[in-house]
Amino acid sequence: MTGFRHPSKGLIDRDKPLSFTFDGKSYSGFAGDTLASALIASGVRLVGRSFKYHRPRGFLGAGHDEPNGLVELREGARREPNVKATVAELHDGLIARSQNRWPSLDFDLLAVNGLLKPVFAAGFYYKTFMWPASFWEKLYEPMIRRAAGMGAASGLPDPDAYEQASAHCDLLVVGAGPAGLTAALTAARSGARVILAEDDFRLGGRWLADGGEELQALVAGWANELTALPNVTVLSRTTVAAAFDHGTFLAIERVADHHAVPGPHQVRQRRWTLTARRVLLATGAGERSVLCPGNDRPGVMLASAVRSYVNRFGAVPGRKAVVHTATDDGWQTAESLLAAGVELVAVLDPRNEVPAGMEGVARRTRVISGGAVIGTRGGKSLSAVGIRHGRASEWLDADLLCLSGGFNPAIQLMGHLGRRPVWSEAIAGFVMPEPAGGIRPIGAAAGIYGLREGLEQAIAGTLVDLADLGFAAQAPALPGLPDTPSGLVPLFWKPTLEDSGAKVFIDPQNDVCASDVVLAHREGYRSVEHLKRFTTLGMATDQGRTANVDAIAIMAHLEGRPMAESGVTLARPPVVPIALGAVAGARAGGHFRPVRKVPLHPWAEGLGAVFTDVGQWKRPQYFPRAGESDWQVTVNREVTTVRKAVGLTDVSTLGKFVVEGPDAGAYLDRVFATRPSAIAVGSCGYGLMLREDGFLKDDGMIARLTEQSFLVFVSTVHVADVWRHMQFCRQVLWPELDLSLADQSERWAQMALAGPKAEAVLTALLDEFTVDAHSLPPQAVREATVGGVPVRLFGLSFSGERAFEIAVAARHGAALAARLMDVGAAHGITAYGTEAMAVMRIEMGYAVGSEINGQTTAHDLGMAGLMDLGKDHVGRVLSQRDELMRADRPRLVGLIPVDPANRLRGGAHVLGRDGPATVDADLGWITSAAWSPTLGTSIALAMVKGGPDRLGDTVRIWDGMRGTDFPARIVSLPFIGRAEGGKDA
Amino acid sequence: MRITCPTCGSRDLHEFHVLGEAEQARPRLSGDFDSAAARAAFTDYVYARRNPAGPHDEYWYHGPCDTWLVVRRDTRSHEVHDVRAARGGDRP
Ligand SMILES: [Zn+2]
Repeated sequence: MTGFRHPSKGLIDRDKPLSFTFDGKSYSGFAGDTLASALIASGVRLVGRSFKYHRPRGFLGAGHDEPNGLVELREGARREPNVKATVAELHDGLIARSQNRWPSLDFDLLAVNGLLKPVFAAGFYYKTFMWPASFWEKLYEPMIRRAAGMGAASGLPDPDAYEQASAHCDLLVVGAGPAGLTAALTAARSGARVILAEDDFRLGGRWLADGGEELQALVAGWANELTALPNVTVLSRTTVAAAFDHGTFLAIERVADHHAVPGPHQVRQRRWTLTARRVLLATGAGERSVLCPGNDRPGVMLASAVRSYVNRFGAVPGRKAVVHTATDDGWQTAESLLAAGVELVAVLDPRNEVPAGMEGVARRTRVISGGAVIGTRGGKSLSAVGIRHGRASEWLDADLLCLSGGFNPAIQLMGHLGRRPVWSEAIAGFVMPEPAGGIRPIGAAAGIYGLREGLEQAIAGTLVDLADLGFAAQAPALPGLPDTPSGLVPLFWKPTLEDSGAKVFIDPQNDVCASDVVLAHREGYRSVEHLKRFTTLGMATDQGRTANVDAIAIMAHLEGRPMAESGVTLARPPVVPIALGAVAGARAGGHFRPVRKVPLHPWAEGLGAVFTDVGQWKRPQYFPRAGESDWQVTVNREVTTVRKAVGLTDVSTLGKFVVEGPDAGAYLDRVFATRPSAIAVGSCGYGLMLREDGFLKDDGMIARLTEQSFLVFVSTVHVADVWRHMQFCRQVLWPELDLSLADQSERWAQMALAGPKAEAVLTALLDEFTVDAHSLPPQAVREATVGGVPVRLFGLSFSGERAFEIAVAARHGAALAARLMDVGAAHGITAYGTEAMAVMRIEMGYAVGSEINGQTTAHDLGMAGLMDLGKDHVGRVLSQRDELMRADRPRLVGLIPVDPANRLRGGAHVLGRDGPATVDADLGWITSAAWSPTLGTSIALAMVKGGPDRLGDTVRIWDGMRGTDFPARIVSLPFIGRAEGGKDA
Repeated sequence: MRITCPTCGSRDLHEFHVLGEAEQARPRLSGDFDSAAARAAFTDYVYARRNPAGPHDEYWYHGPCDTWLVVRRDTRSHEVHDVRAARGGDRP
């Protein structure tokens, strides 16, 4: 047993014991523990195996910097892999398992990988397994995955709920340590809206480990004041994970991660979008290790982490300690160890002077100035530390080695905005030289490690930001602060090419050693970005918090260049790994995206319609009746009924834009390639809409309701885009035209009634209105009523049959459809869906989205004659480019298989000759295909090079996906005779 | 990212839709739509982009108020220098 629970120290609640299991064995801790502190206090030291070599590993840190102590939490569907035990809040019944070991943590067969070390050295992903290629898939990759696996996901649906929320503030304070608390209090008292986000479950930061009782009371008082103020939002257990432009931040609040199961109606995590006018970054600084041989053995820890465990949790990680420090802060850990009753074997410091105030510590231990660690002993736990001082070396018995090599300000969030830190020789670390993007680092995050200086800088910066925001504020009275030294000297591992440090671990999670940096240097991967990718340094879940700067320092040493010229890799979001559930928020399952239902939805549902997704819309696809064996039978029946009697379908999803004003006609003439201004009042006309590059954008019918009022129909899937485009034309291109636009798409239900009996059915429906070729001719638009309810009638056909579209206020849609079915029953009416609609439009040769796909012109689709070239309109000039007018462009034609047994399918290629199916034999492709019950054959629309010039030719229909190859004939469109009434998409 | 709409104030990115560069006006033609000059002018308008590293005028659309905006944004820092309604004046 090494670690133990101190009898009195720590901010844990000893009246609340908690039991938990680790690898199936039961342990206990207290409320206020993390999983890591409880394990340490229970004497557990071996907590994981490394990624590549499966070396035994213990805790190195006490927070998000932890590279070793990754565990799987919980069981079943709630199993969560790769959680850092150092930030997992302990709760009763917590189930945790170690990872990356097989068959057990203590006895790991794959530790033999250590013997394969030359194979797994840096760059092995790129080099070792390059040859032969087939070996990769069959052998290497499965082998690596087996050997170098992280934790496994549960593979089950996440049973918990997540949500997203937004909040705005004047000042966002990230981190509630000494600097953050002081800044938040200063701002809060000024009346500014403040959000204080703290990653930990407890406010206080370093003060939780370093403060005495008086300071703890002060922190508690400040926390209470902040929590009570109405202008302050305190978010604990909340990590600000990413920064975006203009004061936007992503934060994850772990609402219920500290419970086995979230409470009723409680989310597990909440994803915040925080918007702040200014931000104070009080995220502190992370400690660096001192690199030395054997530094990955369980029992080797960061000095500041040891102090956290001892003072905050009363979890003492060892009984005989050696401290190796280049910082005054490391001496504070030595002092804390002595106070906790640990035998302090020695303190090694490259400096000759004992820091001011630490003379008492120096008297109670052996101080070895200029000493360095040269090795460690112990199997799965440290037992001795080898040191060298001067020319002498010796082994010291110890089960705990505390390392303090300096600090890295936690400034990742500013890196997200593309800000590059600069090297500060004074603190031997990368700092942000100045506030940027509205973010000001304060305290340790600004590289100011003296407590008093840090708080003074935090307050001064807060006052500047508050003044900029228009708030008058006063500096709070600072408490009596302990006068702790904060000096340090740079201390980095400096390998020679002969002794490259094969056992000096830089990134223990990814098993990156100093020798890997030497190898990268030798192979020319010397820039920080190349170094990272060659060695996989810093790519692990801790993102190289403890490792990156040490590796850069080694490379700088090998290159003989100063750190200031090396730079550092740019931090990318997120700062810590975040759960996919939190990213998705509530948008999971049925809430993945909105479902839009047409007004006729209940009517269609009542008839047993099968629905299909068209964008967000649910549209009735077909209406099966009892005894119909499959959808094709149903669709054939629907088509035949429309062609022989009458059918009713929903077309409500069409966009319906009203264009109104003295210049409405002139405006539409510029938006459309046709001439809408020539449409007579009470009539409809076809509109072709082009992009400015001359290609087709959309098409649809335009109805002229009055002299100055037009109703424009837009394809279902283009509604939002065409609306923006029409606004662009109005606001940007021709703002001098006097008109207004109104989107009435969702205010009207619209249905199409088609077939030879449509006139009779419509007449039966309407109040005192006899429908015939005079009262409602093709292309006409008329007003009428049904039971006193106004309806608008259009003589439009999309099927080729005599047909009408009937529009009514959305709330009457379902009732009107039901009424039509009633009055149509005598005429054999059927409801039909998008499938039958598609069959009939293909029979008619009408182009829709499959043909108007952004790559085709009016010329390609045989509609060039509909354009009016005598005016300027969007796309007018470029549509007439020679290249777009070529006869051999892919152009729209019809196809019919020579053998009726063959079935044409969308996506099949049209080949011009026998022989191999090569690109140079390719003439085009099928855009739409259907079975035509009217003609009793498969038919298709196709884009074929020079298509209209090949009518009657026999071509090959080749489908590599489905393995078919058969002849078909090119035919003109439409497939069947056209009735009056135009086309509506 | 946030844009301050002249009508609605400071709003989040997801309410906006970007079209692209707003540095060229659409050529105004009088008559000969198929001349080489007309094609050259429209080719330039449709395909040529200034793409500067620095301040850049862009068309952005604010959906909630149906307004096309000209946003002057620095492509290096994403700083937004100016936002105005594209049609000018006070009428959206
Ligand atoms: Zn707006």
